[in-house]
Amino acid sequence: MRKYTPKDSRQKKSYYTDRFWVAPRVPREDVGEDGHFADVVKTLKKYISEGYVELGQLVLHIKPKDNLAVLELLRDKCGYAMCSELSAVDYLAQSGEFEIFYQMLNLDLAKRARVVCRIKQNESIESIVPLFKMANFAEREMFDMFGIYVNNHPYLKRIIMPDDWSGHPLLKTYPLQGDEAASWYEVDKIFGKENRDVIGPENRDPAKVDRYDTQRFSRVGYEVPFGADISEGEEPNEIEYSKTAFVNYQKKSKQLKKKR
Amino acid sequence: MQVTTKLTPFFENLNFERADNTMVINFGPQHPSAHGQLRLVLELDGEQVVKALPDIGYLHRGVEKMAENMTYNEFLPTTDRLDYIASTSNNYAYALSVERLLGIEAPRRAQVIRTMLLELNRIMSHLFFLATHALDVGAMSIFLYTFREREYAMDLMESYCGARLTHAAVRIGGVPLDLPTGWLEDLEKFLNNMPENIKLYEDLLTENRIWKMRLENVGVVSAEDALSWGCTGPMLRGSGIKYDIRKEEPYELYGELDFDIPVSDRCDSYGRYRLYMEEMKQSVKILHQLIPMHEESEPQLMAHAPKYISAPKEEIMTQNYALMQHFVLVTQGMRPPKGEVYVPTESPKGELGFYIKSEGEPYAYRLKCRAPSFFHTGLLQKMLVGSYLADVVTIIGSTNIVFGEVDR
Repeated sequence: MRKYTPKDSRQKKSYYTDRFWVAPRVPREDVGEDGHFADVVKTLKKYISEGYVELGQLVLHIKPKDNLAVLELLRDKCGYAMCSELSAVDYLAQSGEFEIFYQMLNLDLAKRARVVCRIKQNESIESIVPLFKMANFAEREMFDMFGIYVNNHPYLKRIIMPDDWSGHPLLKTYPLQGDEAASWYEVDKIFGKENRDVIGPENRDPAKVDRYDTQRFSRVGYEVPFGADISEGEEPNEIEYSKTAFVNYQKKSKQLKKKR
Repeated sequence: MQVTTKLTPFFENLNFERADNTMVINFGPQHPSAHGQLRLVLELDGEQVVKALPDIGYLHRGVEKMAENMTYNEFLPTTDRLDYIASTSNNYAYALSVERLLGIEAPRRAQVIRTMLLELNRIMSHLFFLATHALDVGAMSIFLYTFREREYAMDLMESYCGARLTHAAVRIGGVPLDLPTGWLEDLEKFLNNMPENIKLYEDLLTENRIWKMRLENVGVVSAEDALSWGCTGPMLRGSGIKYDIRKEEPYELYGELDFDIPVSDRCDSYGRYRLYMEEMKQSVKILHQLIPMHEESEPQLMAHAPKYISAPKEEIMTQNYALMQHFVLVTQGMRPPKGEVYVPTESPKGELGFYIKSEGEPYAYRLKCRAPSFFHTGLLQKMLVGSYLADVVTIIGSTNIVFGEVDR
């Protein structure tokens, strides 16, 4: 029987797991009564479903449809003038959702806040390009990597992967070495689809070693003729050394011993 | 559309047959001034750029995907390949975010060494910026001078960690080695030569009539644009906003050190060039302060956190439990607590931050590298519009983008 591989996550799994071990959680602190973060939470009270401080940064959970309103309030009322990063996390296997985060920066007070929302697999989210132009590239990257459609983006197009690529590489279902379409991509481009049988799929595992391949792998000390078929075993052969002007490496001469 | 045959090949660079008579030209990815792998599709009206579309992804290696398939310690050398001009700053940014997640702090001596390496890397990166920027603009000799100094800085890095480009000089929880004997004297020699050398560059460029003509009022970024497009580092400070993470959100020893944050409100390439020169002087100042700190600190190099970090070699070789911990950490990798962390650091190019989402597994659930150059590349589509074709190369040079971290 073939080995079972989980279909919802093709990422590397830890080999050793202790079923009694419960991972601790990074402490989450309450926002408190006063201070800057408390003011932010008060301003956005209407939108926030959960708010806490994790490792010195405010984390606000909101509904995805409120993202523009919340970020605009953060920018105009709370002084978060810069959005430094935005991206998504794949939780499709757990709950069929993507978690999208916006990392905000208040330059005057040197405070950082993260706005987090979750969307379902086939939902899309509103673009924040009208508020922060940096989202132009960042949302394109999110679309490229996760396939999340962003509404009203000025130019939603793949950014890092080629335009005609299939699949979204940062999904958990996408294997590290690429899926089957990835292994045919360059073959089709360079040789044409009709030559698939001749060329064969591209090897996308850089660490792959084929011990019977005598064309691409050297066999130091066990040399065989280039391209020889050794899948049935090989004839033992003595290593041959070349002869130089001073030493004949072919025979075990006294000269050689002296040199050693 | 052209009909292409072997006799009339397809000129992919030029597309004249457009109704509005603008010319579309393809700049890069093999252009020598494209800083590696930038492809720009420029729409020109005469000599003026009407529209610019940066096309990236030619150096994509899937670093974030690799992070999900590697243990935390395995991934560290991979971060070298992000901004390969200043590798240690990437290593450090990654190590720091994992440390924050684990809740540990590097011992004092490791902090001194790390800060030294970071500032040395900043000097190396700024020298490289100056060399390539000047070369792009057309000043050849400055390239030779700056690369001479950069070579000495790389020698220092080499004698510390053995590598000149991909350093991997920082570990999660500290540094692997103490400074070799005589390293600080060499560093001091290097630092003592720096002011003279910086003066040499400035004499060559600052008041140079051609340099000023090529740089002044070229690549103008207003403060609003800089904020909106997510500019950080010298791009932000070059637009008159004084924000340096080393000063505002101090990490490592920057809180104790005395240095200034240069700002320029010129908003153009010339202002940014002056800023880079000034930052180099500040880095030299910081390094001078760090040299005595090394001797005063305790010799411990790695944090003591047996759950996450292997014990020192002597303990591993003598104590059973330390060996067991070491074995588990090497074969399985550390398991940080569940949680998410985003730690910004000031890399030579701007805000370099790692967002790490941990689910308590030895592999990060999600790692996002916030690379400054990525957003500076995005800004090109705003910055280039209205400028002349001859200035495009100057503007790209002035943004100081490195494609290792743009494409990741």
